[in-house]
Amino acid sequence: MSAAAVARDTGARLAAADAAGLNATLYWSQELLDAEARRVEALPADSSLHGMPIALKDNIVTTDAPTTCASRILAGYVSPYEATAVTRLRGAGAMVAAKANMDEFAMGSSTEHSAFGRVVHPLDPSRVPGGSSGGSAALVAAGVVPAALGSETGGSVRQPASFCGVVGVKPSYGRVSRFGLVAFGSSLDCISVFGRTVDDAARVLAAMSGHDPLDRTTLDRPSMRRPEPRRDLRGLRIGLPREYFPADLHPGVAAGMERARRATRELGAELVDVSLPHSAFAVPTYYIVAPAEAAANLARYDGVRYGPRRIGAAGGIQALYQATRGEGFGPEVQRRILIGTYVLSAGYYDAYYRKAQRVRKLIADDFRRAFTGGVDLLLTPTTPTPAFRAGEKTGDPVAMYLADVFVCAISLAGLPALSLPVGRSEGLPVGAQLIGPFFEDEAMLAAAAALERALGADAEVR
Amino acid sequence: MAWETVIGLEVHVQLRTRTKMFCGCRTTFGDPPNTHVCPTCLGLPGALPLPNAEAVRLAARGALALGCTVHEISVFARKNYFYPDLPKGYQISQFDQPLATRGRVAFESPERGRIEAGITRLHLEEDAGKLLHDRFPGKTAVDLNRAGTPLAEIVSEPDIRSPAEARAYLTTLRQVLVYAGVSDCSMEQGSLRVDANISIRPPGETALGTKTEVKNLNSFANVERALEAERTRQIGLAETGGRIAQVTLLFDAGAGEVRELRSKEESHDYRYFPDPDLPPLVLAPGWIAEQQAALPELPEARRARLEADYGIPAYDALVLTGEMDLANYFESVVAAGVEAKMAANWVMGDVMSSFNETGGFPVGAPRLAALVTLVRDGVVSHQAARRIYAELAQHPDQDPRAAADRLGLVQVRDQGALSAWVDEVLTAHPGEVARYRSGEAKLMGFFVGQVMKRSQGKADPKGVQPVLHERLSRR
Repeated sequence: MSAAAVARDTGARLAAADAAGLNATLYWSQELLDAEARRVEALPADSSLHGMPIALKDNIVTTDAPTTCASRILAGYVSPYEATAVTRLRGAGAMVAAKANMDEFAMGSSTEHSAFGRVVHPLDPSRVPGGSSGGSAALVAAGVVPAALGSETGGSVRQPASFCGVVGVKPSYGRVSRFGLVAFGSSLDCISVFGRTVDDAARVLAAMSGHDPLDRTTLDRPSMRRPEPRRDLRGLRIGLPREYFPADLHPGVAAGMERARRATRELGAELVDVSLPHSAFAVPTYYIVAPAEAAANLARYDGVRYGPRRIGAAGGIQALYQATRGEGFGPEVQRRILIGTYVLSAGYYDAYYRKAQRVRKLIADDFRRAFTGGVDLLLTPTTPTPAFRAGEKTGDPVAMYLADVFVCAISLAGLPALSLPVGRSEGLPVGAQLIGPFFEDEAMLAAAAALERALGADAEVR
Repeated sequence: MAWETVIGLEVHVQLRTRTKMFCGCRTTFGDPPNTHVCPTCLGLPGALPLPNAEAVRLAARGALALGCTVHEISVFARKNYFYPDLPKGYQISQFDQPLATRGRVAFESPERGRIEAGITRLHLEEDAGKLLHDRFPGKTAVDLNRAGTPLAEIVSEPDIRSPAEARAYLTTLRQVLVYAGVSDCSMEQGSLRVDANISIRPPGETALGTKTEVKNLNSFANVERALEAERTRQIGLAETGGRIAQVTLLFDAGAGEVRELRSKEESHDYRYFPDPDLPPLVLAPGWIAEQQAALPELPEARRARLEADYGIPAYDALVLTGEMDLANYFESVVAAGVEAKMAANWVMGDVMSSFNETGGFPVGAPRLAALVTLVRDGVVSHQAARRIYAELAQHPDQDPRAAADRLGLVQVRDQGALSAWVDEVLTAHPGEVARYRSGEAKLMGFFVGQVMKRSQGKADPKGVQPVLHERLSRR
């Protein structure tokens, strides 16, 4: 199939998704798709992603479409430069298909906090697709694109992947350049990938990974290769951290995990009990570290240089800041800026930010101990429940934050992890999480491919 | 009642780099607004900082020149505040783990002789942009050319005891940094800026009084004036039972007054935290040692060497080393064959005048050496040489000898010409001739002067005296 034909089909599917009310995109155009097809056709046909349409979460900058982060404060903003990850994907033959809806500035777990309306779960319009990369997840789940970029700060790809029944991969921190990813929590942010299959996601990840001189936090190590899928899991010891299997785990999730455990064992892996005691503090730690960094990262949206400006009744610069930011940011973003400002304030820094940094290290040490103790991978549920209903948690921020209870710790530790579908609960997908040691992304993906194939034979999963 | 004044200074110097602290934009002064900007220094969404290795090198060099310990690990931190000239809403600086700590500046105090002031710390940071209030009526414009310019902030201990000492400290600090090649330290171009902290206390008291901070000091002279004004204000308050509040003040150089800018209660909580975009700055001990070894001769060492090697007076060495360029020039003139004291006199005279005026050397060192050699060889007089110097300064391509010829300043030694001038002078002053002949020997100087005048300075004074003697001894 030619790139031009793929571009036309993709446009038709995007239009159908819009018509179905998915609200998963913030920008796409047939002209842009056609231009991408023409560009790709000039590239070697054996480039690794030749003609693959990819959606981008709208916090990844491109020069040919707006980048709004689903926020009024960046309405209409077009970047004068392109993210490194996008340049690499385009160079590998991928076509940028659309900019996907998201929680405003990637803050949320349901994609209900978009200034441009919530994203609808493709399988059940009353439910959320997860978040914050809900638009990207929904586009892959609905079969509009085979892969999409999301971003993770604390589970924003794995959690919606689990909700939507697709594969979601968060690479090791430092694997993919953040240059051109609009910053939320810089020490946590990772451009991450959704795919219909482990292989789709792995190919995309391999194409965009590698050291970037423009991002000092990328590691100067050889780029990731597309992993050779394993046929079995013989010789692998897979840890089941007991803290991630609480007694009150949702029965549908528990059933999915049982299926994953069985398949893992049948593939020849040895399952072992491990403990990650400090993971219990991951959510509160995350909700100090991420907002602190966010409060600084979002200070630049002041209406002075770009984005809509509100003058404010009182006149003067303070009024301009207050009006621009007060009207430009939604309530969840404002909440996080306030939390972040508070935890860094004189007199509170030690009690919150400094302590959170210490706990973060303890959380990471738990994982390191497990991996150096002879465990190759960890297996956990991705989320405590399947996709919840729209509006169910919007009135209770803490309940919303706890949707990320199984994914946050991994982000704080900077480790590679993925979610892959392992079953259904009342028709809704359930995902399991595989976690690898730092920079062992390839080994993790190779094992996931074996598990994916074994589970694919199970009618309950798809 | 007597009061002791306690002063500490925070000095920001712009590091002499070609590009900015965290991006590749050029650091220039005076270009049209917003012509040296990019996604990083504009604070665009998604842009990231990349530390400038040359800025790190220069800051480390400056720190070592000030005797600081340069740390193997230092950390960039975000200093958070909102201002329209600050694109990211935070400044990347260093906070609890600065590049360098614990140095010293030895300088000549006008009151206490040779003293040392401690350097608390030297850290790296980026500059903000500039607000333009006069460009559009009723509006403020933002120029971000300067945003992201690399700075070293140098904080002194509260070891300075008077406004004049503050000025002397700054003069020496500036010298050291210029010698080390760290910064141009030009206050006019904003590449050196000073904030001063000042408090007073009764003599013998060891605890510090409540300090105020004076900003907007645009010359060393104004630092001294502003601190004088603030000291007077504080003493006035203390002696009338008033309370000194911790405030930030602006110096109004026109009025010679300080004005309150904001109080402590209104001061910022900068909410510093480590910048997650930048891993800790790690400097290898070997690299730090290389920077130490690569330090050029600093002012104090040079002063001592000039005195010892050239045998010039201590005062001359002090003046010549005051500006590194001046000392370099002096040494070049000596190297070109001029006797050291003669060279020092010239450099401290006409050369320094033009240097202070233009910041440069209109007459190159080899040309000046050639000119001074003409004086030594009696080809031109000292007075004539100064005229030639002025001529060369206007037309630097000329050869000194050619200029002397063209201006008709070559000294005349021809006996016939000298005799003619002498005869004319003696004929014109019969009274003085008679008095000389009756024993007033000191009139010889008068006759020489008259001959010089009549010859328009061209007569060689050494040739004139014998002719005068010969004529006056004839009866």
